Parts: sequence; C-alpha cells; structure tokens
Amino acid sequence: MIEFRQVTKRYDSDHTALRQVNFGLDRGELAFLTGHSGAGKSTLLKLIMVMERPSAGELIVGGQVLNRLPRRQIPYIRRHIGVVFQNHQLLFDRTVFDNVAMPLEVMGASPRDTGRRVRAALDKVGLLSKEKMNPMQLSGGEQQRVGIARAVVNKPPVLLADEPTGNLDPALSADIMNLFGQFSQVGVTVLIATHDIALINEMGRRTLTLDHGRLIAGGQPSSGGVSGH
Amino acid sequence: MATDPRRKPEAARGAAASRSPWRQQAESYLNHHRKVARDSAERLWRNPVASFMTWAVMGVALALPVALLLLLTSLEGMSAGWESSARLTAYLQLELPEERARELREEIASDGRVAGVELVNRDQALAEFRTSSGLEEALDYLDDNPLPHTLLITPEQGARSEAGVEGLVNFIQAMNGVQRVQVDLGWLQRLNAMTDLLARAVWALSLLLAAAVVLVIGNTVRLSIESRRDEILVAKLVGGTDAFVRRPFLYTGAWFGLGGGVVAFILLQLSLWWLSGPIERLAELYRSEFTLNGLNVDGALALIIVAMLLGWLGAWVAVKRHLDDIEPGEIAGG
Repeated sequence: MIEFRQVTKRYDSDHTALRQVNFGLDRGELAFLTGHSGAGKSTLLKLIMVMERPSAGELIVGGQVLNRLPRRQIPYIRRHIGVVFQNHQLLFDRTVFDNVAMPLEVMGASPRDTGRRVRAALDKVGLLSKEKMNPMQLSGGEQQRVGIARAVVNKPPVLLADEPTGNLDPALSADIMNLFGQFSQVGVTVLIATHDIALINEMGRRTLTLDHGRLIAGGQPSSGGVSGH
Repeated sequence: MATDPRRKPEAARGAAASRSPWRQQAESYLNHHRKVARDSAERLWRNPVASFMTWAVMGVALALPVALLLLLTSLEGMSAGWESSARLTAYLQLELPEERARELREEIASDGRVAGVELVNRDQALAEFRTSSGLEEALDYLDDNPLPHTLLITPEQGARSEAGVEGLVNFIQAMNGVQRVQVDLGWLQRLNAMTDLLARAVWALSLLLAAAVVLVIGNTVRLSIESRRDEILVAKLVGGTDAFVRRPFLYTGAWFGLGGGVVAFILLQLSLWWLSGPIERLAELYRSEFTLNGLNVDGALALIIVAMLLGWLGAWVAVKRHLDDIEPGEIAGG
C-alpha cells in the first residue's frame, strides 16, 4: 500500500530530513513510526500526503508513484488518505457533524449519503450523541475522536496519525489505539507516528524507528516489495 | 470499518448510482454550488456594517460612470433629434424677381434628395423680422427691404447624413440666382465633437473605476481568505480541489457585486429624481426636448450583472494571489 524506495528528503539548506529510507506497508497492516524529536517522522508523513515531495528515491502509495504526480492530482490522492493530528485540526465554527462531513463534502457526496456515513463514523468513535455540538464543548479525548471520525469517514485505504495520543491520559490513549487496531482489521493500512514507547510496547506491532533521518529498525517489509540497491 | 448492516444500504445506493451516475454527480455538484452560494451570502449578512460599506464603495464607483453614460446617451439622442430636423436655408440674389424664385423652388423640389421646399417672400420675411426682432424703428430708417427671397429646404430622410447634406448644398449653391446656402449644422457638429470627447472620457473613467472596484473587492476577499485560513487548510488536507477551495470566495465576490450594483442603481434613481425638476426647467428655457433618461429594466439588469462580474473578477484576483500560499505543509509541525 505504501512503499518507500531509497527516499531522501533534503530541505533547501544542508538540512537532510530523511536519508535513503526503505520500507513497505501492506494492506491492513498497522505500524508505529518512532524516533527522537526531529528524526524525520513528520517529514515522512508529509511525503505520503504529498505536502512535500521527495528529493530523491521513489514513493508509491496505492499503486501511484507520487514523485511525478501533477499538482492538480494531489487532492485526489489525499481523498484516499485519512489523517489524524495531535492538535486534531477541528474547525470551531461548525458542529461536530459538519467537521466530520468535510471529506465527503469535498468529494461531492449527496446529503443523504453524507448523513449516513458521518453518523456511521461518529458511531464508530462513540460520539453519535454529540453530532450537533461544537467541538469546543468536547473534552480533549473526544476532540481527538472527532478527528479520527473525520479521517475515516470516507473509508480511506490509508490512515496516518501524527502523535494522536500526545495530549491524552493512558486510558484514553489505549482506547484510541484500540480504534486504530479495529481499522487495520478491516483492511486499512495504519501508520502512527508517536514517541509513546510504553504504548508501542503494549501493542506489540511492527515499529519503524528513525534516527537523524535514517530508518534504523523495522525497515524490512513484511512481504517483500522493496527493491533497495 | 464498515460493518455488515452498513454495507447493505451502500450496495443499494450503488445500484441506483450506476443507473445514472452522471446525473447524481451533476446533482450533488449543483447542490454544493447552492450551499456555497447561500453560505457566502449568509456570511455577508452576518457582518452587515462591513458588507454595507463595501457595497456602498462599489455602488458609488459604479454609479458615477453609469450616470455619465446616461447623460451621454441623452445628449446623443438630443443631437440626433436635431439632425433630423436640419434644414438648409438658400438666400437668393437680392434683385431676383419672385417668378424666378418660384421656378427655383419647383426645380429644387423636383430633386430626389429633397422632401420639401418652402419659399419665404422677402416682404413676408421683413414683416416677420419686424415683429420678432424688436428692431422696428431701425428698420424704418431703411429705404429698401434688405432681405432677399429665401428658400427653406428640408432634405429627404436618406440625404440627412453629413455627406448627403453637403452634396445638396453644393447642388443648390451651383444654381443660377442662388446667393448663398447656409446649413446650421456647425454648432451641431461641435456638439457631436463634444459628445465624442465626453464619450471617450466616460469610457476611460469607467475603466479606471472598474479597476478600482476589482481592487476593492480583491482586498476585501483577501481579508476573508485570511480569516478562513484554518478552513482552507483542512479542506486542502482532506482532498478539496483548488476549485472547491476557491468557490466560496468567488461567490462572496459575486455577492459583493450584486449588492454594489443594487446600491448603484438606487443612487442613480435617487439622483435622477433629484435632478429631474431642474433639468425640465432648463430644457424648457432652451425650448429643447431634452430629457435625462434613467435606466430601464435591461439597463438595470446589465448594471447588476456587470457589477457581479467585477466582484467575481476581484475575488478571482485575490484567490489567485493568496490561496496558493496557504498549503497544509505547516500544519503537521516539525
């Protein structure tokens, strides 16, 4: 589903965020991405979302080579990638329902379809009763779950999460990880960037570790696909 | 994430969609347009003071050139009216006998370019002059009648162009017994030249003010883009196309234009109503048929449509300049 082949990302100066990163993630696989602050976790996620382009190497998501993707095509790729942020990026000028409905709105889904899918996603994260509230009225954990509902509402094959449990207590974190686990079971490829080592150990899943832009652990793909030189 | 009970309605919808997917697509597209249009209008209503100020600026900027254009068309209409009543005056030689004058009248009247000829007898002319000029006593000192016989020639409709009238003048001038032919078109030509000049000035002014409108709307929309930055970022993150992100702002621009057009129309009607009394009196003093015409329904519609297009254009300029700067790259942090 996601494949990095010798991907290097250099920012204009001599700052290199990623150096020849090689790994592959299969459909339905859940993996953690970890490393010290500034190791390149966010850069790696941004590359998958085409917020940044690799300086060298090849990056394939869902069979699409992202390196040469024309700018106009970027929105269509992003519709297949759900993202959960640490600061959840909710809009406080609209209800929970409207927040979750945004990915469907940009796709031009019909109102009936939208209603059905948004409620299904909110039900999944246990917030169906709060659809008419403003996200500001919700607790941190609830806001994060609204963010997750928004990320999965259009059933993307890829789900990325950047420190999704950063501001939450351990019980809530476990709850949210549990949700991610469920998504991977129905075939969603999930990649979670975090430095919550305790949580990673508890889950016992594949872990990709970055150090100064190099992938130092977890790089071996579970079922081939990487053709590193 | 989909569980079985949720799959079923999806499959049913899928079947319906495959029957006419393009229709459903078009429908949701139109729905979205309607929603965005309503939403951007509501946003303007929620800030009535700020919106009204923008409308007022636009209204004033639009009303000015339109008022001048209206004045111009009224002037052109007036001079066209006069042109059609243009007459040639042929002064015959002073000593020409009246029979010869009658012959000349017949001769000119038989020409195809002439609609009618009137002979003004020199005695009759003197009598008229005496009563109308107030120079009665001065005229008494004269031994002879200083006025010649005069022919008043009305050209045929087709010969009323400048060239046609000139040809006719030359033709009559060449006739035996004609002293001088006079066409009182000089002042009309001057008026025409002036309206031509005015027309250019009005168009130049219109262009400048249209540019000002575009800039004003562009700046207003820029502020609105800034205030909705988060929304734009999220829309781009979840896969909103550029067109999707642009749409609400383009509608905002068009709504600003609509309001500006309506304000301009109201301003025009008000000032017309305010001026109509004095204009009538002035026209009466000049014995002129001049009336300052207001905008008819077509004109009002055209004004509003042009205003909306200008608003839309202004929004487009702002969107082009600023929307591309907002990229979700900065969200994810370092």
